[in-house]
Amino acid sequence: MTKRRRRRGAASLDFVAGNGLITRRALLGGGVTFVGALGTAGTTTGAGAEPLADAPWSLAVGGITPPVQTASPFEKDVTRTLSNPRGEFRTSHARTPHQLLGGTVTPNGLHFSINHGGVPDIDPAEHKLVLHGMVRRPLEFTLESLSRHPLVTRMAFIECAGNSAPMFAKEPVQATVQMLHGLISNAEWTGVPLSALLDEAGIDPTAKWLVAEGADAQFLDRSVPVKKAYDDALIAVYQNGEHLMPGNGYPMRLLLPGYQGNMNVKYVRRIKVINQPAYSYFETKNYSQILPGGKTWRFHFVMEVKSFITYPSFGLNLKAPGLYAISGVAYSGTGRIAKVMVSADGGNSWGEAALQGPIHDKAFTRFVMPWRWDGQPAILQSRAYDDGGNAQPLRAEFVAMRGEATRPVTTPLAFPNQHYNSITSWAVDSNGDIKHVYV
Amino acid sequence: MSMSRIFAAAVLVFAFAARAATQDLGLGKLLSESDIKQWDITILPDGTNLPPGSGTAAEGAKIYSVKCSACHGDAGKGGVAPYYPALVGGQPLTNGIDTVKTIANYYAYATTIFDYTRRAMPYNMPRSLSNDEVYSLTAYILALNKLIGETDVMDAKTLPQVKMPNRDNFIMPYPDHL
Repeated sequence: MTKRRRRRGAASLDFVAGNGLITRRALLGGGVTFVGALGTAGTTTGAGAEPLADAPWSLAVGGITPPVQTASPFEKDVTRTLSNPRGEFRTSHARTPHQLLGGTVTPNGLHFSINHGGVPDIDPAEHKLVLHGMVRRPLEFTLESLSRHPLVTRMAFIECAGNSAPMFAKEPVQATVQMLHGLISNAEWTGVPLSALLDEAGIDPTAKWLVAEGADAQFLDRSVPVKKAYDDALIAVYQNGEHLMPGNGYPMRLLLPGYQGNMNVKYVRRIKVINQPAYSYFETKNYSQILPGGKTWRFHFVMEVKSFITYPSFGLNLKAPGLYAISGVAYSGTGRIAKVMVSADGGNSWGEAALQGPIHDKAFTRFVMPWRWDGQPAILQSRAYDDGGNAQPLRAEFVAMRGEATRPVTTPLAFPNQHYNSITSWAVDSNGDIKHVYV
Repeated sequence: MSMSRIFAAAVLVFAFAARAATQDLGLGKLLSESDIKQWDITILPDGTNLPPGSGTAAEGAKIYSVKCSACHGDAGKGGVAPYYPALVGGQPLTNGIDTVKTIANYYAYATTIFDYTRRAMPYNMPRSLSNDEVYSLTAYILALNKLIGETDVMDAKTLPQVKMPNRDNFIMPYPDHL
């Protein structure tokens, strides 16, 4: 405390936790305090500044207004990273650059995408969705007939079960948010409740499972409990207001809010109601997990409560001491985010972050925490809590339960195991450089 | 009105109410299961929907060398590139949480091999294998892993009976979601 009080003007700040975390009330209309904090950060223009002049782009007529607009050329580095840019005969991953985005909605062009057999080129007029098996009336739908149903709209994240997998490494992999956590995105989805289609087909009330299959070159299929279908599943046809992106399932996909991304079957062409799980390849192997001691998890559907700080983060070093807004995203596959706690001293003390509403079920909530960096080393962390009483596990808790990789992890593209939801820690050194650390 | 007529009327009213409750919007086109036959490639662990046909490891070995070995290596040993999995062998899962999952050390049911091979392999020519070819390749892979005998015939009856070593090792974290 004495250290902080010595700093000119800093006494007016309302600190809530160690190492410079400032109350979230500073963001909520505490204008005097907040401006005061900014003022002490050395942002006032001193003598010798250049007088303001009009910029060249203001002095000539601008460019043509295009039919479909794309991002400014100055945003050319805001792109997905590709694991298979030459389209070799293997899975392709494109990761979302969360550290370069704000808010909660992932723009469609930057939504993450994993394709196990390439991106199919589907003619929406020819695509069919068939619903059969334990139903009274097997039915076929088209994009046109689906779209005549009363559609519903909701926010939902989709997270690959392998998102954050490099964090199973014993030593922290030095990589950006995009490379560690880029296999999740959040969008507004519009579609038909799957329950309406199952009712239309007359589902056998004793059926417990269905299997959904895509029209891709793997005919990728996953077993889904009928219970989830009647809870909140959709056949989604719009993504953030436009028809789905090709890499996100055009023209239709299964949306299972909060469940493993792979279960949200893209290009869905067939749903068969069955009396037992199919043990498809992906639920048998990739999306089933080895636990310490050698037991194995099957049907681990839920992506559990989690958060990560997107700024400051690896690759976005701080240039000077002063005021910053620590910001990130939090989400839970079982419900809504209740609160997010942030620490700047490696978990010794925590302050409650401001949540940017509205807070949706099984969707991103952005959190913000004002922070005055004094130029000393700091370790930034976030920890999310959901409305079901679940807390994001601390790393020691998580490792005790789920273990660590036994072999070195040499690339952030590796998947040593899946369903990692523990805390991400960013260490800021006295130069403002940021490293990924474990605490 | 006789009792039976009252009963029949009540049934009609009930049936109408049930129909309305199922939100039959009439927007889907009615199909028969025979229309769907070509698409219905889902094989269940108990063997449900396995097609007619059969194959042996000896037949599978010939098909494998032509259609599979370029990626999966000689005799399923892998090694062509790190992302093309070996189809034979596997370390004990007690080695660690990052043990490479294989058919022998991980799969719960042999039907998964048939189902996935038929729907997704060869990688660049999915759905190009005949049912006999898929049975043969499945037999070849199972025999390489010593999970069946060299001369065992795989068909709709025998394949579901193959006992996979890891079958009873699974636990479910969220049984309440079923």
